[in-house]
Amino acid sequence: MIEIKDITKSFDDRTVLHGVSAVFETGKTNLIIGQSGSGKTVLMKSLVGLVRPEEGEILFDGRDLLKMTADETKNLRKEIGMLFQGSALFDSETVLGNVMFPLIMFTGMSKDEMLERAHFCISRVNLTGAENKYPSEISGGMQKRVAIARAIALNPKYLFCDEPNSGLDPKTSILIDELLHDITHEYNITTVINTHDMNSVLGIGENIVFINKGYREWVGNMNQIYNTANEALNHFVFATELFQQVRRYVVANGRYDNDTHR
Amino acid sequence: MLITNSLATFGRYCLFIRKVFALPDRWGVSGRRTVDEVMKLGVASIPLVLVISIFIGAVIAIQMQLNIASPLIPAYSVGLATRDIVLLEFSNSILCLILAGKVGSNIASEIGTMRVTEQIDALEIMGVNSANYLVLPKIIAFVFFMPVLVILCMGTSLLGGFLVAVFTDIITVTRYVYGLQALFTEWYVWYALIKSLVFAYIIASVASFYGYYVKGGALDVGKASTDGVVSSSILILLFDVLLTKLLLQ
Repeated sequence: MIEIKDITKSFDDRTVLHGVSAVFETGKTNLIIGQSGSGKTVLMKSLVGLVRPEEGEILFDGRDLLKMTADETKNLRKEIGMLFQGSALFDSETVLGNVMFPLIMFTGMSKDEMLERAHFCISRVNLTGAENKYPSEISGGMQKRVAIARAIALNPKYLFCDEPNSGLDPKTSILIDELLHDITHEYNITTVINTHDMNSVLGIGENIVFINKGYREWVGNMNQIYNTANEALNHFVFATELFQQVRRYVVANGRYDNDTHR
Repeated sequence: MLITNSLATFGRYCLFIRKVFALPDRWGVSGRRTVDEVMKLGVASIPLVLVISIFIGAVIAIQMQLNIASPLIPAYSVGLATRDIVLLEFSNSILCLILAGKVGSNIASEIGTMRVTEQIDALEIMGVNSANYLVLPKIIAFVFFMPVLVILCMGTSLLGGFLVAVFTDIITVTRYVYGLQALFTEWYVWYALIKSLVFAYIIASVASFYGYYVKGGALDVGKASTDGVVSSSILILLFDVLLTKLLLQ
C-alpha cells in the first residue's frame, strides 16, 4: 500500500499540488485522473521520486520515501516498476535485451535463469516471437507491452504507469488496461495509473483519485463515479455525449455491468 | 549575469562529474559498454581521421614549400616544418576540434534523445546511476582510444606530405624524408599525446553534460548538441594555450 499525506509542490511561485492526500491500495488498479495541467503528472513523479515535494509524506508500506537515505531509496527502487507514457524502451536493445536489463543490473541470476525469466515476462504480455526485434520495429501497443514486461521482470511490489493508453487506438488501449488489471491481481501489486482515458476510468478504476487544479477533489471507484455530485469530476468524466448516455443508462438501471463495457 | 550563469553551469558540471565518476553498479556491464563505446566513438572515427590527415598533410607540405622557398633556407625544411606542424598542433588540437564536431554531437544527441524520450528517467527509477552508466564508458573509451587516433593522424599526415613529394616536383623524396628526421624532438610526440588526452576528456564530458540536461524535445536536443560542440571547442582552444605554455616552456 502507498499512502501520501499532505503533498505540496511548487515550481517557482506556482503551487502545483496543494496538500494532496490519498491511499493507493495493494492488489488494486489505482487511478489518478484529472485534466491536463491539474498536477497529476507532478504527483506521479513525486511518487516515484523524480520530483521532491516541499511538504508531506509518501509512505511505501510505512516507509517514507522523503526521509530515506540514498541506499534506502536505491533499494526501494528495486521494488518499483514503471511504465512511461512513451514506453522509454532502450533503442539500442532488442525486446529481449530491454526485458533482461533490470535482471542483469539487479540480480545475481545466471544467464539461463535471466533468459528464462525474460521469456516468461515476454510471453505474459503475449509478445512471444518478438524477442529479437528492436523497439523501432514494433508498434506503439507492442512497445507498451514490452515496457510492462520490463516493469514486471523483477516482480515489483509497486507498479506506476504514466498515461499507458496515450497514442494507442481504443482496442489496443483496452488490451493494455486489461493486461495491467490482470497483472495487478495476479501478482498482488500496488498499481498506480495516471490517466485521462475515460475507458480506463470506467473499465479498471478500482480506486480513483481525482485531482483538480492541484487539489484532491474526489476519491472513489468506477461504480461510485456515476453518482458523484462533484461538478468538476462530472464535467471531466462525462464530457462527451457517449459517456453521458452511459451514465444515464447506469443511473436508470441502478447498476453497471463492467464486463459488458470491457 | 554572464558570469553568474557560467558559474552556475560550472557548478552543475562538477555535480554531474561527481555522479559520473561514482563506482559502477555492475563492473562487467560497464566494461562491456566501454568496449562498445571504443568501437562506436573511436574505431568509427578512424576513416574520418585518415581522410582528413592525408589531405591536410599534403596541403601543409605544399604550403610550406610555397612559403619558405628561398635560397637561404635548406630544402629539407619543408619536411621538418610539416612534421613539427603536424606533431605540435594538427594531430592533437585541430584533430580534436574536428572530432568535437563528430563525436561531441554524436554523444550529446544520443544522451539528449534518451533524456527527452524518458529513457534516462527509466534508468533512474530502476535505481541505476544513469550518469555513471551512460557517460563513464564514453569518457573512458574516448580518452583511452584518442592516442591511437593521434598516432594514426601523425603517420597519415606525414604520408600525405610524402605523396606530394612522390607525385609532384615541389620537393624531392630524399629531402622530404631527410627533413622529417632532422632535429627531431621526441617530447613533441608526448606533448601531442598529453594534450589529446585532455581534449578527449573535454569532448566526451562536456557533450555528455549538455545532452544529459536537455529539457524539451527534438529542437532542444539539436540545440544541446550544438552547445556541446561549441563549448568543448572553446575549452579545447583555451586548454591548448594553457598546456602549450605549461609543456613547452
